[in-house]
Amino acid sequence: MVLGADASSFIFARDEKGDTVEISVTVNGGTKSDEVEPRTLLVYYLREELGLTGTNVGCDTSSCGACTVHVNGESVKSCTMLAVQADGQDVVTIEGLAPSATELHPMQESFRENHGLQCGYCTPGMVMAACSLLKENPSPTEIEVREGLEGNLCRCTGYHNIVKSVLACSGQDLL
Amino acid sequence: MIPAAFDYVRAHSAQEAISLLGEYGDEAKLLAGGHSLLPMMKLRLAVPTVLIDIGRVDDLSYVRDQGDHLSIGALTKHGFLETNALLNAECPILAHVASKVGDPQVRHRGTIGGSLAHSDSASDLPAAVLALGGTIVAQGPSGVREISSRDFFTGYFESSLAEDEMLTEIRVPKSPGVNWNYQKFNRRAQDWAIVGVAAVRVGDSTNVSLVNMGSTPIRAEGVEEALKSGAKAEEAALHAADDTDPPTDLNASPEYRAHLARVLTKRALQASGL
Repeated sequence: MVLGADASSFIFARDEKGDTVEISVTVNGGTKSDEVEPRTLLVYYLREELGLTGTNVGCDTSSCGACTVHVNGESVKSCTMLAVQADGQDVVTIEGLAPSATELHPMQESFRENHGLQCGYCTPGMVMAACSLLKENPSPTEIEVREGLEGNLCRCTGYHNIVKSVLACSGQDLL
Repeated sequence: MIPAAFDYVRAHSAQEAISLLGEYGDEAKLLAGGHSLLPMMKLRLAVPTVLIDIGRVDDLSYVRDQGDHLSIGALTKHGFLETNALLNAECPILAHVASKVGDPQVRHRGTIGGSLAHSDSASDLPAAVLALGGTIVAQGPSGVREISSRDFFTGYFESSLAEDEMLTEIRVPKSPGVNWNYQKFNRRAQDWAIVGVAAVRVGDSTNVSLVNMGSTPIRAEGVEEALKSGAKAEEAALHAADDTDPPTDLNASPEYRAHLARVLTKRALQASGL
């Protein structure tokens, strides 16, 4: 059902809290069980219920990729997925990448080595998208890295060093 | 942005989804990958009171060889289509077009059935299925029916699916080889096409369809007829915008879209040797 502007009173009448649904999600290796409203987006569940604020909200319209996390090993935009859709699934956020509190994940290390960030806002999403890309294509060309990261925007326009970071992490020669 | 409140139910089979559709009527929407529906709900352009989640109906994710055609499960994700060996061998245009939808994250979630049922004339896959002359399979309370892709798209975001029907399968003729091309013109990598053109040889005929040149994806019949009567690609492409009613938006006027349709059709025909 698609409603036009004439139905706005009806739309806002349904903005009060609705019934909740119980979900159980594996997040960064641990099981989390919570009651959520069905309309809760995964990104807000991660940030506001679980306190995992490493995942950023950028555009909130599935364009910028700042909210990229892994669901069952694949990159997804967590602003365009409901928390209930993640019920029973395996979610990894930027906080779950590093092997320990004192070590970085190789992709994070590569971003640091190659100055793959400027302001850093897009970085968690870039790193998650880049890990998913290398999982599907372990030795991408420069073009494949650029195309593979087309769902992630860097408003500092620091793409050159981001691409360099991903290529370096894949064990290939730098540009 | 948070969608308006709704009730959530999960269906574990197409049968269950259809019976839930019958129960909730036009208040309900099916949720597959959610990559068209959830953005519309966040913008309050769609305000269903019930979402029936079919994302876990896992027996509807496949590409199967059926002799002269392929059948594709409605819940097959774009990322799966893009890399599927059978589809790349027997219907390469569809695998390629799937790889042009959105970006990798979108392709990890979005489904071909969801894209077709959403019936956005600016989407890539509806036009590709239309160019192939594909068939859409819909299941309802009284059984299964086949709908020609020519009859499926009826208007802006409207299809011929009934309220209690679910799109379960897409069938496309085998069209191997190199005589195909997809031109997608957009300003940013992940955007919808301002205009798109799909051209493909199916059996003896050359089919051409247009993205975002009207309220539905459409076949460029003027181009197809000109080719049939022996016109060269360059001449035939001049008919690409004939009898079309292209939309206007901040990206393009109808006149600019008509120009793009002619240029992109020429490129598609020449690149595919059609």
